[in-house]
Amino acid sequence: MKILVCISSVPDTTARINFTSDGKEFDKNGVQFVINPHDEFCLTRAVQLQETQGATVTVVTVGDASVEPVMRKALAIGANDAIRVDGDARDAVGVATQIAKVAKEGAYDIILTGRESIDYNGGEVPGFVAGMLDYAFVNGCINLEVEGNTVTAVRDIDGGHQTVSANFPVVIAGQNGLVPEADLRIPNMRGIMSARTKPLNVVPAETAGSKLNVVGYVKPEERGSVTMIDKDNVGELVRLLHEEAKVI
Amino acid sequence: MSILVYAETQDGKYKKAAFEAISYAKSIAEQSGDTVTAVAINATDSSDVLYKYGANKVLKVNSDTFNNFTPETYAKALAELKDGDTIVLPATLDASTFAPLLALKTDATLVTNLIAAPTNVAPFTAERRAFSGKGIETVEVTEGAKVITVLQNAFGVKENPVDGTEEETNVSVSESDSKLNVVKVEQASTGKIDLNEAEVVVSAGRGLKGPENWGMVEELADLLGAATACSKPVSDVGWRPHEEHVGQTGKAIAPNLYIAIGISGAIQHLAGVNSSKTIVVINSDAEAPFFKAADYGIVGDAFEVVPKLIEEVKKFKGA
Repeated sequence: MKILVCISSVPDTTARINFTSDGKEFDKNGVQFVINPHDEFCLTRAVQLQETQGATVTVVTVGDASVEPVMRKALAIGANDAIRVDGDARDAVGVATQIAKVAKEGAYDIILTGRESIDYNGGEVPGFVAGMLDYAFVNGCINLEVEGNTVTAVRDIDGGHQTVSANFPVVIAGQNGLVPEADLRIPNMRGIMSARTKPLNVVPAETAGSKLNVVGYVKPEERGSVTMIDKDNVGELVRLLHEEAKVI
Repeated sequence: MSILVYAETQDGKYKKAAFEAISYAKSIAEQSGDTVTAVAINATDSSDVLYKYGANKVLKVNSDTFNNFTPETYAKALAELKDGDTIVLPATLDASTFAPLLALKTDATLVTNLIAAPTNVAPFTAERRAFSGKGIETVEVTEGAKVITVLQNAFGVKENPVDGTEEETNVSVSESDSKLNVVKVEQASTGKIDLNEAEVVVSAGRGLKGPENWGMVEELADLLGAATACSKPVSDVGWRPHEEHVGQTGKAIAPNLYIAIGISGAIQHLAGVNSSKTIVVINSDAEAPFFKAADYGIVGDAFEVVPKLIEEVKKFKGA
């Protein structure tokens, strides 16, 4: 079984979000980059399948050399090898085009991606990859089992769960629940050492046209300072919510 | 030309998300001069409610093919019914799933999670959610067709009554168009308010000390007509169902009112609720970081404050 895990390098959750003075780009100065949280669940699940069913796990990331530290971390967690597509990661269609090419050329059985990245919140790449390759697609996956060349997956739906099955090849967009939080793998010393020598191949990007332009970024308006209410005067909160905030 | 809107249903009834999508399509139509056509798949509700929000036409597609959701079948249906160059979907779980497939099928540009009316329709320019609510990204579709998803509880619903008409229509889609085999569907008990759509949400965390103490949370939620939510730690240990978990790796919601009880306000939690219009924080720790992100706050023991709040809300409603 060959598994391709798609990893995004994203600003750490606690990072202050600022934009360049012309408002055109995210300001990376002083920002720590990490594996996209949704991707972490996918990576751990893949490594579990490697251990229990002998799958090989390849991680792929689209980006410039600055994303390689995050890829080495994925190797340290247990992936067998990594592929960096040297291209621009901003446009979802572009990213999906690169991943689809890697997936098809490598004949991967399962393409696992996080359901969205916490920076641009597009949630588009998994569906685009599936559509471009005409592979089965399960979005919002919170449970994944594999037997032979069939997957059984549970996905989150409004107010419940849907269980589906499909034959390889499949694209699975995973999220929290794919493995319990407590089971998320972190790199150990041996992992970190071996990651240094595991293959990390760089391949050029395909050109992909896009008709979507980013005009710019702003930060949302800040909330005003909090109005504190005394715990013995709870009625005041109800009055304020009704008269001032007008939410009840 | 008309803007096609996916009027999503749950058990045959239109979701609030459907009204939001139609309202958004109307905001485009007002600038572009298009009409609005809603697609209703296996809907049992009357179309009158869709006319109220501005749907000039309702296309009713009734077929067993669509009893189970699969991304390929729904994408194919909408692709077939498309008339103009714009399709509007609510950013629900299902619609967000088939949106990319639909965009590929119709050679359209996909724009997701829009939060406000477009500032321009030629070229189409609009704001979308980014950086988990810490940023607003303005994007522009330079030319050609587009598929748009509209974030829930952001643009909102706007009544715009028209004299609409409905017609039944067929699409050439079958279950075999999907590579998925739907094994089963489990639906939680109906009657609970959808957390993604709720205008008021009452949420609680570790400060409640144990699952047996959630009665007052549910009572307050019932009184306010609210949905219930929870922080990640209590969902991880199973005190509350994982569907209630709001936060970075859970749901992102934007209700009018978010009441957080016994939740400290870690950044990962804020990422899921920072778009709420009004935030109330009740916590016994005056240093809880959540107070910095709140509109109103009460420092106190949840087990004293929440029962008092319940009494005050009852008084308010009775008055």
